[in-house]
Amino acid sequence: MTATDPARALPLDPSLAPPGTRNFRDAGGIPADRWHADQNGETLVPTHCCFCGVQCGMYLRVDRGGKVFGVEPRNHDINRMRLCPKGINAYQQVNHPDRLTAPLMRRNRDEEFREVSWDEALDHTVAEIRRIQGEYGNDAFGLLGGASLFSEKTYLVGKFARVALKSRHVDYNGRLCMVSAAGANKLAFGIDRAGNPFSDILLTDCLLIAGSNVGECFPVMTQYLWGARDRGATLIVVDPRETAIARTADVHVALKPGTDSAFFNAVLHVVVAEGLTDEAYLAAHTTGWEEVKATVAAYPPARSAEICGVPEQQIVQVARMFAGAGKSMAWHARGVEHHSQGVENCLSIINLCVATGNIGKPGAGYGTITGQGNGQGGREHGQKSDLLPGGRSITNPEHRRQICEIWGIDETELPPAGTSMMEMVWQMQRKEIRGLVGICNNPFVSLPNYATVKDGYDTLEFHAQFDFFLSETAANAHVVFPVTVWAEDDGVMANAEARVVKHNKAQEPPAGVRTDTWVICELARRLGAGDKFAFPDSRSVFEELRVASAGTVNDYYGITYERLEETGGIAWPCPTTEHPGTPRLFEDGRSYHPDGKIHLQVVEWHPPMDPYSEEYPLSLTTGRTVAHFLSGNQTRRLGALVEQTPRPWVEVHPSHGFRNGDPVRVVTRRGSEVFPALVTEAIRPDTVFVPYHWPVPTAANALTIDALDPRSKIPEYKVCAARIEAAPRIDEVPAPPTAPGHQAYPETQVSRTDPLPPTSPQGRGTAERS
Amino acid sequence: MMGRTIFIDPGRCIGCQACVSACRECDSHRGKSMIHLDYPDEGRSVASLPTVCMHCEDPVAPCAEVCPADAILVTADGVVQQADTTRCIGCANCVNACPFGVPKIDLQAKLQMKCNLCYDRTAYGLAPMCATVCPTGALFYGTLEELQTERPGVQVADSFTFGSTTVSTGVAMVVPADKVQWPVPGGLPVVEINGKDVR
Ligand code: SF4
Ligand code: SF4
Repeated sequence: MTATDPARALPLDPSLAPPGTRNFRDAGGIPADRWHADQNGETLVPTHCCFCGVQCGMYLRVDRGGKVFGVEPRNHDINRMRLCPKGINAYQQVNHPDRLTAPLMRRNRDEEFREVSWDEALDHTVAEIRRIQGEYGNDAFGLLGGASLFSEKTYLVGKFARVALKSRHVDYNGRLCMVSAAGANKLAFGIDRAGNPFSDILLTDCLLIAGSNVGECFPVMTQYLWGARDRGATLIVVDPRETAIARTADVHVALKPGTDSAFFNAVLHVVVAEGLTDEAYLAAHTTGWEEVKATVAAYPPARSAEICGVPEQQIVQVARMFAGAGKSMAWHARGVEHHSQGVENCLSIINLCVATGNIGKPGAGYGTITGQGNGQGGREHGQKSDLLPGGRSITNPEHRRQICEIWGIDETELPPAGTSMMEMVWQMQRKEIRGLVGICNNPFVSLPNYATVKDGYDTLEFHAQFDFFLSETAANAHVVFPVTVWAEDDGVMANAEARVVKHNKAQEPPAGVRTDTWVICELARRLGAGDKFAFPDSRSVFEELRVASAGTVNDYYGITYERLEETGGIAWPCPTTEHPGTPRLFEDGRSYHPDGKIHLQVVEWHPPMDPYSEEYPLSLTTGRTVAHFLSGNQTRRLGALVEQTPRPWVEVHPSHGFRNGDPVRVVTRRGSEVFPALVTEAIRPDTVFVPYHWPVPTAANALTIDALDPRSKIPEYKVCAARIEAAPRIDEVPAPPTAPGHQAYPETQVSRTDPLPPTSPQGRGTAERS
Repeated sequence: MMGRTIFIDPGRCIGCQACVSACRECDSHRGKSMIHLDYPDEGRSVASLPTVCMHCEDPVAPCAEVCPADAILVTADGVVQQADTTRCIGCANCVNACPFGVPKIDLQAKLQMKCNLCYDRTAYGLAPMCATVCPTGALFYGTLEELQTERPGVQVADSFTFGSTTVSTGVAMVVPADKVQWPVPGGLPVVEINGKDVR
């Protein structure tokens, strides 16, 4: 299923043109002889986009001086040349003037940063780790990683915390992304990944997209959606907003935020009532079906229609469409996962797929749409507080023993499970965690309830941060380590299909910048664990990762750098170097639980954690825009993307009486902020929407609630109680602050920070409108 | 009728502006985008519509016809080129003449800029940047046959009326098969579908 770039097979006449770009053009889009310069000195380095979980293939254009200066589409079979605006502009961050090129340090937060030597920054950090751990115990120092890191680096983060820091407190920002789906998949199937590759979407007859604004969050995936439509597949979209995908769907279920499981239980109720279940499959391959059936009996469409605020008939229609089609698929994302019952929402969708026999077949199955580039791979190898490499459980004695053997430590030395990212912030507030290293994350924008987050970080006695731009969080640190961007190092990421792809180094890092691998190993060496961290490069880490994952469900053993380059990507599990990988799961009807059965789980709907009241009658929901990525630390510095979407807004229904651009105050129990109104019929009257990529005073996450799903510990970003009121003056609408450390230069000028309202339904369209 | 050209399918557009960003990366006008996005039903729908040069065929490119400096060349393969920088006087006649609102004037440089169908790419058989990257295929580059193989039953229009004048274009637009009497976005009635006069 994976394919190599076809042009490599093309016969080439070397006399025709110099290799490289010219050949690329001659060969119809694919350079035949990569890494070789053409006569202008331009080379094309094959790699992947650094941003979302599609992991589009692209070439970086590298000039004669070895500098990345542009992008060229690449005919990789994930994206087939397509790119979204983030992918096209990503190369501009590589040589951006805002890059950090020397370690920054200060003793106290009220001092200015000064540039220091690597030795000084590392020594100070190690001294602070020693001091804090000496005074308060090893667990008083924590580590927070990121899901934009290559898998090799996420492996190192987990190992560093347990072996060098000897602390239980390690977690990562994928905790804010797709852990609910991961938890649900693990419970039901014993394996934490999507069941099908993207290409299966082209074969389906009915596609259900739940809680995913695919057009903006996963733009390149839409080609698969339209491809299925070309074949006549029906499309069901479940989303409170009329997104670009929902606009063209056969059914758009605009349900009230936080009611997903009530909806899917009712759909399954109808499926059962109409006799559309696949009883033979259920009997042979599942456990728990009787209990699930009994539970959904209590969700007749009339009841759920009331809870969800949708017509009863729509529930029946969705049930008949999904269960009545030959092959159906369900893909979901943060809209169902970012809830205090995120795991249950995902389970209710899994119940529907399995009960209708839509699992483990070409064109039939489920998938989760990963937000971050390595959201999938980021937790597979031990960066998450409760996981060891290979997805092993840190509470399982056998798993602990296996890893201690590989790491060469005594079992008593391996700390127990830690807490989640948000819980660690609460622990900082309580001074249980007093020191922290953050690696490529920006919780000041990305965590909910900003006031709490700021308070937690301000309470830290010592805080170091790794990043290549000064993020809002790094700007609050004591030490900032300047590290490489993705194009300056090799490494692998796993995309939303669990396909492992290889990123290639395109240029040398600027002087003064080190790889994250180097910094982690250097810290470990100074902490006395150098022998366990003798990794000169990514490849050496990957070799240990392969071995550490061997024999587990997350088996990477058969994946090598060479195979990845040859094939364009391999889906795990891949136990041997001859194994082709596993793009589609459960084809033999067996799950990854020891009994081989799919464990269906009972789901009961309960209301969101922030109750509605007379004072707070509306739902506030949050999400992304196509031009920005997560906390915006990267994309809010790229001129074209800032031009495209310069600022956040609040989407309100016309029934509230506002006009486009009016200043509107959004108030929740955590605080209030003013945004320009975008008045549109594309949103429910009882719901308002604010995109979340900006810091205070224009931060959606100053308003959202830090309630967590009890199992996945994901925050409930997608619903909280709110009210809106007219802000008296337009000049109350604050401009989003410029990113910390931003230096304007012509190409990346951030010019549109004025409080002008957006002019189009999804807040785009400010650029290029002459 | 048309050979390899751009087909615009507004029904698929998700408004992502990848086309706008990609256009900036084209070597022939790096840094400036020649595409813009329209939002035909703002406030009610998220619908969006990319506008590229339509490469008018008949009457031959109004922009070129009105150019007093003869700066806008129409090549034999029907591509209406960007104004020749050695001739363009920046008078903006072309901007006023274009029925689709495409050419722009760089006021500082006093030069016209417009989409030239990525001539540096299409001359090599590659698709233009916008149609290469468009994640949805709302911009498609190829022949009508290729489009119809990929999207069975698709109907396209390449003639548009402006008052009493009909303009036929090198670039075509996908129209809903059952709604051929609807005006295409921009308020222009469709006069021809797949080569057939439908007035
Ligand atoms: S952000 Fe995602 S969809 Fe956009 S180019 Fe990158 S990988 Fe592709
Ligand atoms: S790239 Fe395609 S989908 Fe995106 S705005 Fe342009 S035409 Fe529309």
